[in-house]
Amino acid sequence: MHPDYEMVIGLEVHAQVTTASKLFSGSSTTFGADPNTQTNPIDLGMPGMLPVLNSDVVDAGVKLGLALNCRINRTSVFARKNYFYPDLPKGYQISQFELPIVEHGNMIIDLEDGSTKDIGITRMHLEEDAGKSVHDFGADHHSHVDLNRAGVPLMEIVSEPDLSTAEDAGAYLRKLRAILRFLEVCDGNMEQGSMRCDANVSVRKKGVETLGTRCEIKNLNSIRNVMRAIDYEADRQIDVIESGGEIDQETRLWDNVKNITRTMRSKEDAHDYRYFSDPDLLPLNLTEERIEACKEVMPELPDQLKARFMDEYKLSPYDASVLTLSREFASFYEALVAGKRDPKICANWMTVELFGALNKMGREITESPVSPDQLGELVDMISDDTISGKIAKTVFEEMLETSRNPKEIVEEKGLVQITDVGALEGIVQSVLSSNQDNVEKYKAGNERLFGFFVGQVMKETQGKANPKIVNDLLRSNL
Amino acid sequence: MELYELGLKEAATKIKNKEISSTDLTKACLERMNARNDTINAFITIAEDQALEMAERSDKRVKDGNPRLIEGVPLGIKDLFCTKGVLTTAASHILDGFVPPYESTVTGHLWDAGGVLLGKTNLDEFAMGASNETSYYGTVKNPWDDSRIPGGSSGGSAAAVADWQCPATTGTDTGGSIRQPASMTGIVGLKPTYGRCSRWGVVAFASSLDQAGPMARSVEDCALMFRAMSGFDPLDSTSADKPIENYDEGLEMDVKGLRIGLPKEYFIEGLDPQVKAVIDAAIKRFEDAGAEIKQISLPHTEYAVPTYYIVAPAEAAANLARYDGMRFGLRIEGDNLVDTYIKSRSAGFGTEVKRRIMIGNYTLSSGYYDAYYTKAQRVRALIAGDFDAVFEDVDVIMTPTAPTPAFKIGEKVSDPVQMYLSDVFTVATSLAGLPGISVPAATVSVDGSDLPVGVQMIAPAFAEKKLLQVAYAHEQMTNFELKKAEVRG
Repeated sequence: MHPDYEMVIGLEVHAQVTTASKLFSGSSTTFGADPNTQTNPIDLGMPGMLPVLNSDVVDAGVKLGLALNCRINRTSVFARKNYFYPDLPKGYQISQFELPIVEHGNMIIDLEDGSTKDIGITRMHLEEDAGKSVHDFGADHHSHVDLNRAGVPLMEIVSEPDLSTAEDAGAYLRKLRAILRFLEVCDGNMEQGSMRCDANVSVRKKGVETLGTRCEIKNLNSIRNVMRAIDYEADRQIDVIESGGEIDQETRLWDNVKNITRTMRSKEDAHDYRYFSDPDLLPLNLTEERIEACKEVMPELPDQLKARFMDEYKLSPYDASVLTLSREFASFYEALVAGKRDPKICANWMTVELFGALNKMGREITESPVSPDQLGELVDMISDDTISGKIAKTVFEEMLETSRNPKEIVEEKGLVQITDVGALEGIVQSVLSSNQDNVEKYKAGNERLFGFFVGQVMKETQGKANPKIVNDLLRSNL
Repeated sequence: MELYELGLKEAATKIKNKEISSTDLTKACLERMNARNDTINAFITIAEDQALEMAERSDKRVKDGNPRLIEGVPLGIKDLFCTKGVLTTAASHILDGFVPPYESTVTGHLWDAGGVLLGKTNLDEFAMGASNETSYYGTVKNPWDDSRIPGGSSGGSAAAVADWQCPATTGTDTGGSIRQPASMTGIVGLKPTYGRCSRWGVVAFASSLDQAGPMARSVEDCALMFRAMSGFDPLDSTSADKPIENYDEGLEMDVKGLRIGLPKEYFIEGLDPQVKAVIDAAIKRFEDAGAEIKQISLPHTEYAVPTYYIVAPAEAAANLARYDGMRFGLRIEGDNLVDTYIKSRSAGFGTEVKRRIMIGNYTLSSGYYDAYYTKAQRVRALIAGDFDAVFEDVDVIMTPTAPTPAFKIGEKVSDPVQMYLSDVFTVATSLAGLPGISVPAATVSVDGSDLPVGVQMIAPAFAEKKLLQVAYAHEQMTNFELKKAEVRG
C-alpha cells in the first residue's frame, strides 16, 4: 500500500436467515437437497401466486436491528426489484428499498492491538434470495437452474464507508458473524454461502476529504478473500491513479485462483431496477409490543460478554474479544476456568494452543477432541507443578490425537515433574563433576554456559526436572 | 321454460328439493353452450368432462342429504382464475398449454359451495381491454347484437350469462371489467370492495386494483354468487379479515330517506344522451319512492383515467415479467437467453398487452418514476379522499356505468384512448377500492338494435349488503327483461 494513500471501505453483507421456511412461501430452506425439490408454485412464480410474509424473519430482523443499535422502523415497505434472469422466476425480487426494516445503527469492531472502532450501519433490509444458475453443466453443456434457494430469506446489512483497512474489514465481518450467531438468526457460514459479502472500495490521498470513485467487488466467499481482495483492489486503484488514469465506477469480480479482481460490468451496463412498492404485500407495521417481545428474548451479545470477561476474568480487551467471537468459544472458556482456574493461563491455552490446533485440523470448537474438563486438568497439572509447561505441550499433542485424559497420559508415560530437591541435587552434582572444564569457564565469566548445565540436567531427567528447582540448585552449586 | 334459463338461486333450490338434478341442468347448459359458442365465443374452454363429473358428485350429495349453498349449479369461470387440472389461458398465447396444479381460492370456494365448473370464459388478454377484442381466442359477440362487443374485460362471462348459457359467472374488475360488460349485456355485475374476494390463484393484472366479483341475471343471484365466492384468505396478504354476510338474504329495503348522491363530474358532455335519459329515469324512480337525491362533487374525477393508466400498467409490467418462456407456457427458442426471452414474449403477448408493459416500464424507470408513478399514487389518494368526504352525506352514489351502450366490433380498436374512456365512470371506484355494481336499467335503440344500459351504484368499503339492497330496490322498480333465448337462437 502506497504510504500517501488511504482506503475507504464499505461492506454489504447478505446473511441467510435460519428459518424453516422461505420468506414468502412455506417451502423448506434445507440446504443441499436435490435441485428444485424445495420449491412450490409461489417460489416458481406461477400465475396467480401471492407472497405471504414469514413472521419469523421479521422477528430475526428486529433482533438484528436491536443488536446493531438501529432505529427500528415502525413501518417498512417491500418493493419489487425488476430484472430478467432464469433464476429469478417472477422477473422481480421482493426486497426493501426506500423504507428498510431497520436503519442508522452502529457496531464496535475489535482490533488485534486491543483497540476498538465504531462502524456505522447504514441499514438492514429483508429480501428474498434468487435461485442458482449452473452454466455449461452436464453432458449437454446446457445451463441449469436450481430454484431451491429462490425465496430463501436474506438480511442485507450495509455498513457506512467507515472501514479503512483490510484488517478493519476482517474484524467487521468476524464481529457481525458473531452477532448473527449469538442471535441464532444466521449460521454465518461464508463457504456455504449463508453469509455473503460484497466490498465497496475506493482510495484517496491522505488529507483529501472527498471520496474517490469506488468499485464494488463480488464473489468473496471467505473473510480471508475479502481482506485479500480489498488489498489487491486498493493497490490496483492507486496504480491507475499514479499512472495518470481515472477509476471507472464498476462491479468487479474477485478471482481467488489468480488473486486479482476483474471487471464484471461497468456503470453503463447497470440495471434500471424500476423499484416500486409491491402491491401484493401491505406495509410491514411493527407494534411496540412486538419490538418489546423481541427485546425480552435477546441473548447476551458479544460486546456485553466481552465486557463481562474483561471485568470478571481481568482479560485483555483483545483476548476477551477473541473468546467472545462465538457463544461456543465463550462457553468452552467458562467451562475451562470453571470458577477456579487461572483465567489468564486458560485464555492463553485456548487462544494459542487449542485454536492453533483446531485451525490446523480444520475443526470447529464444537468438534474439539479435547474437552474443557480435560484441558482444565492439564492446566491444573501445570499450576500445581505436576508437569512443566514444556511437558504439557507434549501431553496436549497426545490429547489432541487420542482424546485421553492428561493425568492418564502423564502417569502412563512417567512424565510427572521431579520436584524432589534431594534427587535433583544428586543429578546436578554429577552433571557438574563430569563437566569440570565448563565449570571452570563459567566461573571465569562465561555465564552463557548456565543454559548448557540446565540442558544437561534436563537431558538426564528426560525433561521432567522442575526448571525452577534446577536453576536454584545450579546457582548454589556453582 | 328451458332448464338453462333458471337463475342461480332458483336452480339451486330446485336441485336441493330434488325437482331437477344437477346432471340434467349441467347437460342443458352444455347443450346451450355448444350450440351458441360458435356464434358468441363466450367460452375458451368447455370443461364438459369435469362438469359432468362434478354434477354427478353434486347429485350424490343431494341424495345423501348434504346439499350445499349453490348445490349443483353450473358456473362459467373467467379464464383468469386458475383451475386445477383445467387449461387456464388468460386469453393469451403466452399461456399456451398451461394447466395449473392448484385451484384459485375463489373457485375453490365455489366448488366447496356445490358449484359445477362448466367452462372457462373468454376475456381480453390478461384482462386488458374494454371490448374483449384483445383476446387471443377471438372477440366475444354481444348476444343483443352480434356485430357489437360485449364490453370487457369480462366479456365472455357477461355474454355467457346474458345469452342464457349459464346462470352465473365469475368476473374480475380492475378498472370496470365486471361493471362495464354487465351494463353492455344487460346483466348484474358486482365489483366488491378491494380485498373482499381473494386474489390467490387469479392471474394478476394490476394487483392493487384487481378484484373478483359475481355476474348474474338478477341482483339476488349476484348476491348469492358473491356470498359463495368471497371471504378472508390468509394466502392473500391484501385480503380483508372481516366476516362475510348472507348477502342474498333480506334484500328488501325501504328506499324512503335513502340518500343518493349524483356526482356532477359523471354527468358531463360526451355522455350519450340516450344513456343519460336512462339514468335520469332510474333516479326519478328512486326519487318518486322517497329517496333523497343530492347533487355532489367528486372533484378529482377527471384525473381517474390518467391515474389508472399509470398505476395499472406499472403493476402489470412487473406482474407479466414471469411470462418468460422458461417454466411454463409458450417458448420460442432463440440463439441465446435474451433472444429466447424476446422471441417468446414478442410472439406470446398481443399488442395491447405490449403497449401496457411498455407504458408501465416507462413510468417506473429511473428519472420518470416520481413524475408519473409517485404522482399517480398521490392523485389516487385524493380520489379516494373525494369518496370518503361524500359518504359523510350520502348512502350510495349513482352514475352511469359506461358512457355508451355496446359499440361496434372494430369501432375503437385503433384508438386506445377512446377505448380507455369506456371505463371513465368505473375506474375511480377501482382506484378508491370501493364496491360498485351495475344493474340493467333499460334498453335504448341504436341503429335498429335494442341495447341495454346499466346504472352504476357505489357504496362505502364493505357496504356490499347495502349496495345489493339498493340494486334490488332498483330492480323491483324497473321492468327490464333480457331477450329470451328462443328469440336469440
